[in-house]
Amino acid sequence: MCTLSRQRKGSIHELVQMILRERFCHQRLPEKPVGMESQHKHLLELLRRTAVHGESNSVLIVGPRGSGKTMLLNCVLRELLEVKDVNKNVLPVHLNGLLQTDDRIALKEITRQLNLENVVGDKVFVSVKESSSRPVLFILDEFDLFAHHKNQTLLYNLLDVSQSAQAPVAVIGLTCRLDVLELLEKRVKSRFSHRQIHLLSSLSFIQYLDNVRSQLSLPQDFPDTKFYDEWNDSIKTLCEDQSVVDVLQRHYNSSKDFRSLHLLLMLALSRVSASKPAIKPTDLLEASRVCMVDSKANILHGLSILELCLIIAMKHLNDIYEGEPFNFQMVHNEFKKFLQRKSHSIHNFDKPVVMKAFEHLQQLELIKSMDSSTAKIQKEYQLMKLLLDHSQIMEALQKYPQCPTDVKQWAMSAFG
Amino acid sequence: MVRYFTRLRVRRIYKWGGRPYIFDRKLKSYGFEYLNMSVEGQEAVTTVTPGQYILIEGNDDEYPFVAKLLKFFGDESHKQKKALVQWFLRLSEVPQNKKLLLGRSPHPQEIFYYLGRACDNEINAESILGTVQHVPEDTPFPEPGTKDTLYVKLSWDTKAFNVLDPVLMQDTPASTPPKPALPLFPPCASPTATPVSRGPVRRALPTPDPTVMRRAGSVSDTRATMSAGKRSTLEAESIHSASKLSASKILSAKRRGSAADTPGVRKKLQLSPGKKMTRADVLCELLDEEMESEKVISLKLSSSVSHSLQHGCSLSPMRSVCKTPNGQRRFPWKLSSISLDRLSPTGYTLSILDSGTTGIDRVITLQIECLDSYAFLSSQRATTPSRRKESAMAIREPALGVLAEEDSEDSPMQPIALTPRSKRKSAQLVSLRIRKQLNLLDNTQKLFSDGDDDCFVPSMKALQSSTDEEKSEEETVVRKTRGRNGKTSARTPCKTPSKKVCMVTPSTPRHATPSIPSRTVPARQPGNILDEARARLHVSSVPESLPCREQEFQDIYNFVESKVMDGTGGCMYISGVPGTGKTATIHEVIRCLQHASDMDEIPTFRFIEINGMKMTDPHQAYVQILQKLTDQKVTADHAAALLEKRFSNPAPKKETTVLLVDELDLLWTRKQNVMYNLFDWPTRRHARLVVLTIANTMDLPERIMINRVASRLGLTRMSFQPYSFKQLQQIITSRLNKVKAFEEDALQLVSRKVAALSGDARRCLDICRRATEICEHSASHPSSTGLVRMSHVMEALDEMFSSSYITAIGCASLQEQLFLRAVIAEFRRLGLEEATFQQVFVQHRALSRVEGLQPISVSEGLAVCQRLGACRLLLLEASRLDMLQRVRLNVSQDDVLYALKAVRD
Repeated sequence: MCTLSRQRKGSIHELVQMILRERFCHQRLPEKPVGMESQHKHLLELLRRTAVHGESNSVLIVGPRGSGKTMLLNCVLRELLEVKDVNKNVLPVHLNGLLQTDDRIALKEITRQLNLENVVGDKVFVSVKESSSRPVLFILDEFDLFAHHKNQTLLYNLLDVSQSAQAPVAVIGLTCRLDVLELLEKRVKSRFSHRQIHLLSSLSFIQYLDNVRSQLSLPQDFPDTKFYDEWNDSIKTLCEDQSVVDVLQRHYNSSKDFRSLHLLLMLALSRVSASKPAIKPTDLLEASRVCMVDSKANILHGLSILELCLIIAMKHLNDIYEGEPFNFQMVHNEFKKFLQRKSHSIHNFDKPVVMKAFEHLQQLELIKSMDSSTAKIQKEYQLMKLLLDHSQIMEALQKYPQCPTDVKQWAMSAFG
Repeated sequence: MVRYFTRLRVRRIYKWGGRPYIFDRKLKSYGFEYLNMSVEGQEAVTTVTPGQYILIEGNDDEYPFVAKLLKFFGDESHKQKKALVQWFLRLSEVPQNKKLLLGRSPHPQEIFYYLGRACDNEINAESILGTVQHVPEDTPFPEPGTKDTLYVKLSWDTKAFNVLDPVLMQDTPASTPPKPALPLFPPCASPTATPVSRGPVRRALPTPDPTVMRRAGSVSDTRATMSAGKRSTLEAESIHSASKLSASKILSAKRRGSAADTPGVRKKLQLSPGKKMTRADVLCELLDEEMESEKVISLKLSSSVSHSLQHGCSLSPMRSVCKTPNGQRRFPWKLSSISLDRLSPTGYTLSILDSGTTGIDRVITLQIECLDSYAFLSSQRATTPSRRKESAMAIREPALGVLAEEDSEDSPMQPIALTPRSKRKSAQLVSLRIRKQLNLLDNTQKLFSDGDDDCFVPSMKALQSSTDEEKSEEETVVRKTRGRNGKTSARTPCKTPSKKVCMVTPSTPRHATPSIPSRTVPARQPGNILDEARARLHVSSVPESLPCREQEFQDIYNFVESKVMDGTGGCMYISGVPGTGKTATIHEVIRCLQHASDMDEIPTFRFIEINGMKMTDPHQAYVQILQKLTDQKVTADHAAALLEKRFSNPAPKKETTVLLVDELDLLWTRKQNVMYNLFDWPTRRHARLVVLTIANTMDLPERIMINRVASRLGLTRMSFQPYSFKQLQQIITSRLNKVKAFEEDALQLVSRKVAALSGDARRCLDICRRATEICEHSASHPSSTGLVRMSHVMEALDEMFSSSYITAIGCASLQEQLFLRAVIAEFRRLGLEEATFQQVFVQHRALSRVEGLQPISVSEGLAVCQRLGACRLLLLEASRLDMLQRVRLNVSQDDVLYALKAVRD
C-alpha cells in the first residue's frame, strides 16, 4: 500500500516535471502569446492575406533576444495552418542566418525545402515566377546575418519577387538588431516594405509575477485533481513569499525576458521529487544563487596558492601602473619581493614552476596576451593583461578554502 | 534632297478608310488602315493600303516618284494626311555622272532602292497619285502589259550602287522574308499582283489584266511565265545545286550527313552568296534521325509528283485529310511550286510558291506526327527556297512555331502542338494565352478557334494590301485560301528561333524545371474597397500607365526606336535612386515598342534583360545573355566567345537586340572586361545591339569605369530624379484609379513625407497600403467613414519611419538602463566616446549603490552588456576580449538620456 502510493506519487511528480519542462524548454507553444496581441494580429493578418489572396509581403520582426519573436511567428503559423484553405496552400521555408552562411547554401536549402532538388542555382527564382503557384513563406531567422552575404543577392531576389507580380511570397525576417534596416543595401532597402513588428516587452513586475505563477501552475486537464489543487495552492503561496518576490525582482531587474526566467524555474523544478512534491522558497533561492554566480570567481576558487599569489601580484602591478600591461618577469619580481619580505608560509618556487603556473593562468584566460605576434618575443617578456576585476579577486580570496593569512594581508595591502 | 511637292492637276479626293487603329501616344497621331481616293467626277474609288507600291506626284508627270507605302497616319483633327514611305529611285533620278557606276545598261523599268537619308520619308498623303493596280488609266505608265512592272535589284545610297541588302527590305512590314538571297532581276514581267509579292527582291507592279489572279492560281500559266525567266549563271548554278541537294537528301536518309555526303553540292552552294551555309547548318542541326522514313516517303511522294507533274492524283490519300474546301486548290499549287522549283526557279510568282510550300507543309504535316519532323520539314521548307534563290518569297527561318501551329490546326489531338499561335500578338497576349493553355487544357477546342482568329488578323491585313480588287463571291474563296497562306508569310518574319523555343513549348520548361506546385485553392479576390485599394497599391501590380515619367519615357523610346529603325546599335546609361521607376519605364518602353513592332511600324527586335543582382558572378552575364539569345547553356568563357562571334559577324537574323542591364555596378570586375564587352559590342558594325544600362549613381561611369569602358558607354545619359510630392500624389491617384479609399489630405501627407525623405515610389505605396490596413482595423469605430484618414497615415508613417531605439531603451530592464547610464557617465568622465567594459562596470556598480540596488556580478554585467550589444544599442568589440572590450553607444547620448528620463517620470 505504502509503496503503491509512493509509486503513484512518483509518477505524479514525474508528470508535473514533464509538463513544466515542456513549457520551460520551449517545446510546446503557449496557447496564446502573452503581451503581444496587436503584433500577433498584425502578423496573422499579413500572412493570411498572402496565403488567401496571394498578396506578396515582407515584414521584419524585431525584438531583443528572448522576447518571443520565434514564438510569435510559430503561433501565427500554427493558427494559419489550422485554416483549412490555407493548410494545403502555403509552403513555409525556414532559413537561419547561422546555418545558411552564404547564398549558395541558402539556395540549396530553399530548393530542398521546396522539393525542387534538381534545380540548380538561380533557376529557383525563374521558377518562382509563375504567379499561379502557391504562396511561399520565407522565414529568415537571424535576418541580419543574411545582410552580410555578398551583395545581399538572396535578399534582393526574395524582396524583388515580393515586389513584382510573380509568385506570391511573404518574406519574414526575425532579428534582434534594431538597426537592421541600415544594414540593407539601398536597392534592397527600397524593395523592402518597411513593415516592422517590434516586440519590446513593457512588462511590469506585477505582470511578471503573474506570469511566473501561471508558468508554474498545472494545466486544468491535469489527471489528479487533488494533486492539482495542492500544487497550485503551493505555487500561490510561493509567489507571495517575500524572499521569493525579492529573488524574482532581482531577476526582473536584470532581464525581462522569459528565457532567463525559465532557466531559474527549471533549476527550482529539478529539486522537486517524490519526497518533496512542491517548490519551496529555498529551492528558488538556491536556484537564483546558481544563476547569479560569478563564473570567474568560481574559477579562482580552484586555483593553487601559487597561482593565486601570481594573481595578487598582478593586481598590485595593475594598481601601480594603472592598468598598463605587464609581463611574466614583472609578476615574478613582485612575487619574489613578497616572498622575501612578508611570506612566512610559502616556500620559494623555482622560476620554471612559476612560469608553468603563469601559463596555466593564461590557459584559463584569466590573463590575456596583448601582443598579437607571440612568436617573436620570449615568453617571459610577453605583455599581459589581467581579465579580473579587483572585486572578483577579493571575493574569491574571502571564500578560498584555507587561504594563508599573509597572502590575504598581502592582497589587501596597498602597493604590495 | 528637296521635299517632294504636290501639284494637283486633277482634283482628287482623299479619305481615310477604316477606323483609326492605333493611337500613337508618342506622336499624338492616329494610324489608319487604308486611304480611299477618288478622282473628282469619277465613280471609281481606289484604296491604298500600307505595303503597296505607290506613285507619288512629282515634277515629272511622266515618271512620278515611286515609293513603297509603309504606313498612314494623321493628326487628331484628321486634317492632315501623312504617309510614311520607302523611296525608290528611277535611273533618271540618279545624278548623271553617277549613272556610269551601274556598269551596264539599265532596264527601262528598273528602279533602285533608295538608301540615302537625305530624303524625307514622310509625305503628304494627298500627293499620292495612286497605286498602279487600281487606276491603270491614271498611271502614267505608257506601255501596258508587261512593261508595267518595275524591278529592284540594286540599292542606291547616293554614292554607289550596291547589291540590295535583303535586310533593307526587312523593315518593310509584315511578310518580308528574313533571308532573301540576291534579288533577282527577271527580265520579263511576272503576272503577280498577289499579296505576297511584297517580297523584297522583286517588286512587281501588276498589270491591270484581270486574269492575273486566275493565273496566279493556275499551274500552267505560271509555269509558262516562269519558263521565260532569264537568270545569271551563278544563280542557275546554285539553283541546280540546291535541287541536287534536296534530291540527295531524299535519297540518303541521313540528315546530318547530308552535307557531308554531297560535298560537291556544298561547294557549289558556297557559290551562292548570303547565308546559304548557315542555312545548311541550321538544317543539319534541326534534322532528326528518327523521323527519317516517314519524311522520306513524303518527300519522295512530293518529289515524284513534281517530276511527273501529275496533279493531285498521287496525293489523293492525303488530300482526303484536307478538310477545307480549298484543300484541292492548294494541292495543285503545291505541285506546281515543286515542279517549278525544278524547271525555272526564278520566274514563278511569289504567291504560288508560298501557297505551294504551305501545301507541302500541310501534306507532310498530316503524315508526320512528331514535332522533330516538323523541325526538319520547316527547315527543309525554309532552306530550299533560299537555295533556289527564291529569296524573294522566302519563308522565314525554320519556324518551328508555325509548324507546330499548323500541326495543331490539322491534328488537334496532339497536345504538344497546343502552342501559342502568333508572335505578333503583344507579349501580354501571348503570356496570357500560355497561361490559358496551361491551365485550361480541357478547353483546347475553344482555344483553337481563338488561335485561328488571331492568326487571321495579320493575314487579312496582308490580304487587303494586295487583293483589294477581288470583289466577287468566287474570289472570296481564293482570298480565304490566300489568307491562310498569307498568314504564314505574314507571321513568319516575327519568328525568331530562340523566342520560338520558349514560346512553342510552353509546357516544356514546366516539366524540365520543377516548379513550385500551384495553389490548390484559387486566390481570393479582394472584397471591400480597402482591399481593392490595397491590391492596386501593391508595387507588383502593373499600372495602366506610368505617370510622371513622360519625358523620360519619350527619350528612351526615341532612342531605342531610332536604333531599331536604323538597325544600328548604341548604349544608354540611366541612373536614379531606387524606386524612381527606371526599370518600370524601360519595360513600358519595350512594351510599347513590341506593340509597335506587332503593328509593323518598326522592325521586330529582341528584348533581353539581365540583372547584376541576380547573378552570382559578373561573368555569368555572358551565360545569361547567350542563354536568352540562343537558348544555349555554356560556361562563361565559352559564352563570351560565342557572343563575341555573334556580335562581330552579321547576325543570322537581321534584327536588333535590345539588352537591358539592370544594376550595372555589380558587373564591375577588376579588369572590367564584362562592362567593356557590353559596351563594345554595340559599336560593332553588324551587332545591331542596343544596350540600356541602369544603376543608381549618376557618376558611375566616372567613378568606377576605366577610360576605355567609359568612353564606349558614351554620353547618352539620363537621370531619373526622385519623385516630387506632386508626382507621388499623381502616382497614387492614378493607381487608385477612382477607387475612393483615401482622403485627399492623407494622400498629400504621404507624398510630402516620402518626397522629403527619399522620393521612393515604392515607399509611398507601402505606406499607403499599411494605412489601409490600419484603417481597416480601426474601422470598428462608428465615427470612421471607411476612408483612410490623416490619423491612419500618421500611424503608418510613425511605424515605418520612427526610430525604435527610444522605445527599446524604455522597455529595457532596470540593469540595462543602469548600464547605459553608466556608459554615459564613463564617457563624460573620460571625455571620450569609448570606454572598456571594465571602466563602465565600475561606474555601473557605483550607480547601483546610489540607486539602492544590489550590485550585480561581473558575469551578469557582461550578460547585460551583451544584450544591449545584440540590440545594437551599444557597439561592442568581440566578446573574447572579455572585460577589456570597448563599448560605444550606437544612439546619441541625448536620446538615451531622454528615453531614461521618460521612463523615470
